Amino acid sequence: MRIVIAKPGLDGHDRGAKVIARALRDGGHEVVYTGLRRTPSEIIRIVTDEDATALGLSTLSGAHDVLIPKICDGLREEGMGDVMVFAGGIIPDRDRESVFDQGVRAIFGPGTRTGEILDFLNECSERSDNEEPIGVGQESGWRWE
Amino acid sequence: MELLKSAKSGDRRSLARLLTLVEEGETLELPEVAPWTLGVTGPPGVGKSTLIGRMVSHWKDSGERVAVLAVDPSSPRSGGALLADRMRMESTDSGDSVYFRSLATRGHPGGVSYLLSPMIDLLSFCGWSRIVIETVGSGQAETRIVAFADRVLMVDGPDRGDIIQAEKAGIIELADIIAVNKSDKPGASRAADSIRASLELSGDRGSPEVHLVSAQNSVGIETLVSAIEECSSPDWRNRLRITERLLSKWDSRLILSDGLDGALDELETGSITLDQALDRLQGTSG
Repeated sequence: MRIVIAKPGLDGHDRGAKVIARALRDGGHEVVYTGLRRTPSEIIRIVTDEDATALGLSTLSGAHDVLIPKICDGLREEGMGDVMVFAGGIIPDRDRESVFDQGVRAIFGPGTRTGEILDFLNECSERSDNEEPIGVGQESGWRWE
Repeated sequence: MELLKSAKSGDRRSLARLLTLVEEGETLELPEVAPWTLGVTGPPGVGKSTLIGRMVSHWKDSGERVAVLAVDPSSPRSGGALLADRMRMESTDSGDSVYFRSLATRGHPGGVSYLLSPMIDLLSFCGWSRIVIETVGSGQAETRIVAFADRVLMVDGPDRGDIIQAEKAGIIELADIIAVNKSDKPGASRAADSIRASLELSGDRGSPEVHLVSAQNSVGIETLVSAIEECSSPDWRNRLRITERLLSKWDSRLILSDGLDGALDELETGSITLDQALDRLQGTSG
């Protein structure tokens, strides 16, 4: 898969995002890493230009409830509802449901094994091959939990 | 083709899709175009991406539409790739006049070189007036990629002397212009001097200009860009580049040929010689 790993918002720690980026590369994926402090519109631009099939968002700052909806809405508005979005970082339990409601297909918290994320991506590929919806603008329902 | 029409009218999503199709091997019928291309290479860590970011801003301000193709190696073990050039080129992520695309060498046998020409043509057809190809100069195959551009910039850092190593490999001869980056660091002007001195030794054959720049502090960028705009490659350098293009085409043909595995098996057991293997593969390659 061609995956953009992005750091939206102002938090300055990207150790987690870098570990994920590397693990996905080692799992055979092409990973475009955006670097720190990207705005939602920059991230949408990068996903467009790179023709990515998936977008992983890492947030630690607590601004996920603002940034994730902005990015998901932006993708849908730009006609990129087929892009699969997953999230990671610090997302409190009470917010998980509303993040899923945005069309996010998986949330990986601290302590997740990188192998689990690769399993998730494999499942996504299979679903996509069977034309089952995985995109941020497609029918919700399936999520990785 | 609908996609081509909307890409030409400025739809980025269509352009991105088309580039993917080209990357996957599809051929597009395009009218003849005359792309403006610059290849940028140099050792890892000298600041190529930052420097390109600065040049992009400069071109953007003077009304050009700039596309960057950044080529990074795929891991031979997993086939995956980590493409992080764009994190150092934030100027490329806003505004309609810049397009940035990361490219992994993938399982593309013989490298991505042969995909670059159609990608460049497509970008030029869609109205991108400056096309920059960036590649890590970490080996002959990577460096060869810049031979697909009509002008070549090599970037070095202070005190590395890597570019002198590159000269030994004959790669430096592909460059029209050399930039020594990080001019604020001690040793930068000495590095530039030693590059100049070593170029002089190679005789008066239109040696490349050597520029001192600091991408970080935006020093010397304007002069560098105008030097790039004005440079003209002598015939012998063009010929060298054409040679490199031919060699990469040759490589990819060889690696794509059907009989490769069989020939390798026989070479392993020693039942044929290298020359015999080549003769046979030449017969089976497209």
